[in-house]
Amino acid sequence: MIAGKHLLGMRGMSASTIHHILDAAEGFRGISRRTIKKVPSLRGRTVLSVFYEASTRTRVSFELATKRLSADSVNIASSGSSAEKGETLLDTAKNLDAMQCDAIILRHSASGAPHYIADRVAARVINAGDGQHEHPTQSLLDLLTMRQCFGKLEGLEVAICGDIAHSRVARSNLIALKEVGARVRVAGPRTLVPAELAETYGCEVLPSIAQAVDGAHVVMALRLQKERMTAGLLPSLREYAIEFGINARVLARARPEAILMHPGPVNRGVELSSDVVDGPRSVILDQVENGVAVRAAVLYLVLGGEAA
Amino acid sequence: MTRVLDAAGIAKALAAMADAIAGRAEDGPWAIVGIRRGGEHLARRLTELLRAKVGRDKVVLGFVDITLYRDDGFGPNDWPEIGATDILFAPRDYTVVLVDDVLYTGRTVRSALDVMLDYGRPRAVRLAVLVDRGLRELPISADFVGHRMTTTANERVDVRLTESGAADDAVEVSERVHKKGGRA
Repeated sequence: MIAGKHLLGMRGMSASTIHHILDAAEGFRGISRRTIKKVPSLRGRTVLSVFYEASTRTRVSFELATKRLSADSVNIASSGSSAEKGETLLDTAKNLDAMQCDAIILRHSASGAPHYIADRVAARVINAGDGQHEHPTQSLLDLLTMRQCFGKLEGLEVAICGDIAHSRVARSNLIALKEVGARVRVAGPRTLVPAELAETYGCEVLPSIAQAVDGAHVVMALRLQKERMTAGLLPSLREYAIEFGINARVLARARPEAILMHPGPVNRGVELSSDVVDGPRSVILDQVENGVAVRAAVLYLVLGGEAA
Repeated sequence: MTRVLDAAGIAKALAAMADAIAGRAEDGPWAIVGIRRGGEHLARRLTELLRAKVGRDKVVLGFVDITLYRDDGFGPNDWPEIGATDILFAPRDYTVVLVDDVLYTGRTVRSALDVMLDYGRPRAVRLAVLVDRGLRELPISADFVGHRMTTTANERVDVRLTESGAADDAVEVSERVHKKGGRA
């Protein structure tokens, strides 16, 4: 049960809690398809989105989820806020807390920022991605998409490919997939796959993308995070695309029923070729649709537990 | 535990309710809408009974789930189960008959009305319940009642149906067992 608690990461979340959240998210999927896309569950609550990093999907889907639950939402980006004038994150959070908001959704470039804030404010804190650490709602929507496609999570073979080192999506998924009993293989450039990964997360590290994809149910490509990379980790994008990009030929090594996932935004022609992004195995837009449902479920479970 | 209705009693009550609904001929066509989960199976049964009287094409069936419309959130130890709402007809063309097993505080019905109205504007909304146990907390009353009884807040009324795995259809009254963190 996450009622009255923060959602900071997938670490420590039990398999049964994960499945309960996914069940709730299934319940929210229908609302997105109605004419009146709104339920009164969180009427009168205030949700603040604080995004100190660029985001399209996560920010929009949190905002849509907030509105579909009838809560009021306010968005703050670092540009145009007092962060530009040098206000610290803690000061900003305390000031927002003083305005009696019920939840703060935080995206920040510093790993651990939501955990730091959570201990110091009265509002519930939801991590919308912190540095290279975790991105729990992305992981939950990925798991929901996999569960819809295969009817289960246990026993799935999942290949996570690409820039593992900088990826909070990979980290949250490595933790969550192990907990629900899926098996994870990873592959990517040596410079972007931490040496201690297999030991820390109980996954299999394979030397090539082709080997990781071989016989997988799920092929998850990660965005090559150019903005986090200082020069020297890769010779060139072109070489990356040739060595580590996923195209139809690589994808053919996966199971016939395999699905292709990507957390977005996609660098077309780098980690994925355009034909597989738009191909029949791609569930990238299903992930986006599930993102709204998962975030609605999380907000509802975190905030909806008390009498209105 | 006291059995107030057995299988024959429930069948008789439902038949009488179907008669009464069909009796208001000016209401037709009807949309029978079960309130999940207690009213779900009863709505299916009522739909069949009503169709036998007025014709298949005069009756459609739907379901509402009220979890996200409750006025009391969920308890500290509950995982709320959000069920599906299936309204696959245009409400403005029908008289909606909401169906539930037990009418008690009236709060569930209030929630179900709100769900229904989010899907459109029905010609009219009626309420049919198998058991009306009194003790209302909102100004709500049923149009079609299978069995009326007086109860106290310390009692619980259970409608058991074979569709939900019961050995036999029955309505039973028992003393409420107080459970910490449970809901009324």
